[in-house]
Amino acid sequence: MTPQDLQVQEKRERSEETGEKTEVGRYFVPQTDIHESADALFITMDMPGVGKEHVDIHIEKSVLTITGTIDFSNYEDLKPIYTEYNVGNYTRSFNLSSKINKEDISAKMADGVLALHLPKVKEATAKKIEIQ
Amino acid sequence: MVYRIVDPFNALRDFQQSLDSTRSSDGFGRGTAGSGAFPAVNIFSKGDDCVIVAELPGVNKSDIDINVRGNQIRISGKKDISYDDGVSVHRRERDSGNFDRTLTVPIDVQSDGVSAEYQDGVLAVYLPRAEADKPRSVTIN
Repeated sequence: MTPQDLQVQEKRERSEETGEKTEVGRYFVPQTDIHESADALFITMDMPGVGKEHVDIHIEKSVLTITGTIDFSNYEDLKPIYTEYNVGNYTRSFNLSSKINKEDISAKMADGVLALHLPKVKEATAKKIEIQ
Repeated sequence: MVYRIVDPFNALRDFQQSLDSTRSSDGFGRGTAGSGAFPAVNIFSKGDDCVIVAELPGVNKSDIDINVRGNQIRISGKKDISYDDGVSVHRRERDSGNFDRTLTVPIDVQSDGVSAEYQDGVLAVYLPRAEADKPRSVTIN
């Protein structure tokens, strides 16, 4: 595939249908890739401006919720003179199927990209069936 | 006496108010690339100086090129996304590709003092204003 020129993707604000937030500040839905291999599911999210220590990942029942908060203190002595994008926190939830081993989920954060590794439970990994 | 309560979200509110005026803003005149070019940028003033901030999540620091000439700043590079072979894709929202954007700032930049910082996927380029361009106060004799 030849590299293409990047386009600006409009930030999608979180809709209120999924429950409103009580904290101040805007929430955006991070752009996400989901890939699956034979034994795991990978979720990759772009969350620019979110440091490792500001990511909260939790699972309640089968809902995985990721929240990334922005440290606005960096902007304190800056006065905006021209703006093209908005800055806000990120949040997104996923329903996990029973095929995911919820105990062994791991996460990595680098350069504003969160990478989640969700291993599948043993029974759910693909098996090759030999014909007798 | 009036006390001013320091609100941690003051900065954000100021920021968002100025965002509302974005649509009517035409940037800083015509650069080689108009608005809508990647990456989207926010430009701030910090005292006499200018700061350009852009979101470039997942871009290698070494893949970002910054060039300064006069009052023009060129930010170019590429964003690579690679996954192992044999994975199936369920959702693909993140883009990869090249970017190249030139911006014109309304100050004369002291090009040897320009510095850049890349942290958590956010690029900040500090553009110090040239001494000759700084306003001077004149005392009346």
